[in-house]
Amino acid sequence: MVLCLTAVCLLCGAVLGLVYAATYDAIEAASLKALQASIGQVLPEGGALSEANHVEVGGQDYEYYLSTGDGKTLAYAVKSTVSGFGGPLTLMVGVLPDGTVYNTSVLSHTETPGLGAKCTTDAAFVGQWKNFPATKSLKLKKDGGDVDAITASTITSRAYTLAVANAVAVVKNLEGESVAVDAASGASAY
Amino acid sequence: MGKKISLILDGFVKNNPTFVLVLGMCPTLATTTSAMNGLSMGLATLFVLVLSNIAISAIAPMVPDKVHIPVYIVVIATFVTVLQLLMQAFVPSVYATLGLFIPLIVVNCIVLGRAEAFAGKNSVGASALDGIGVGLGFTASLVVIGLVREILGSGSAFGWKLFPGDGVLAFVMAPGAFLVLGYLMALFNKYLKK
Repeated sequence: MVLCLTAVCLLCGAVLGLVYAATYDAIEAASLKALQASIGQVLPEGGALSEANHVEVGGQDYEYYLSTGDGKTLAYAVKSTVSGFGGPLTLMVGVLPDGTVYNTSVLSHTETPGLGAKCTTDAAFVGQWKNFPATKSLKLKKDGGDVDAITASTITSRAYTLAVANAVAVVKNLEGESVAVDAASGASAY
Repeated sequence: MGKKISLILDGFVKNNPTFVLVLGMCPTLATTTSAMNGLSMGLATLFVLVLSNIAISAIAPMVPDKVHIPVYIVVIATFVTVLQLLMQAFVPSVYATLGLFIPLIVVNCIVLGRAEAFAGKNSVGASALDGIGVGLGFTASLVVIGLVREILGSGSAFGWKLFPGDGVLAFVMAPGAFLVLGYLMALFNKYLKK
């Protein structure tokens, strides 16, 4: 009895080890490709991309990438995670040094399919982030700001907006301004 | 030959996991928000079901009765993890949609149920066919439920827009899943199951 269970576990462990080793490179390559594709999407073309940097703002660690050209910083790509409706919502946000949002891209989410998941496809919602000016307010219209929400997905829209606002705040901190980051979840304020 | 075909057909109609055995309700309700999601989940389960049925029917005679459930679970969990790694490596976009539900195949009643009720007592060949039949039956059920929910809830089928507008949102959410499943189950049992 013990012998049988041990043998089965050993065999299964060996199989898992082999498959893990065989797929490790492919998995790393796939996730790196997804990351690079999203960075490429949110940054202006041209400019040399830096390695991953880390900065702590408001007690939360942010990963960011710099795009530089002619010795100047052209743009930042900040990875920003907040709580969405169904779990963590992770965005890659491209921000210009003056605080303009260049573009956004969703790295991972667990929003409701057909509702909150539209944050990756809804043309009106996704489109408004392209060159979102620094002068506009990063809050939903219903909360007194300038962001259009996705119909019937206020909580997801609010979380998405918060993730973008946090990324902009991170960039402002990197640029030398001191701006507080609101790490609260988008779902907490109804 | 006739017996082999009937083994596969049984999985579709007589032993249809969703509408007759009513097993594996968690993935059925959760992943059928669109026809494509239902199809991917069905195929993932099919893969695990066939391989675990084969492996379990091969080792069943050597496994003492007292430990057969733990052994089955270890075997199933191994195949699920293999599937998870393969999907992560080669179809990351599908993995991103189904990610959460792949590990749950381990405790899917259909897989353990077939291991216990069929693979443990039958030959490797018959168990493989049973796995294919039940797996395809599960896939077909998920696609039908997903299709109905997608058409009613998002106005599209397999991602193609059928009519403008958003459809009835409730069908994309959990309550719609229960409604569609209930009506389909009733229709299935009235017309197909003799």
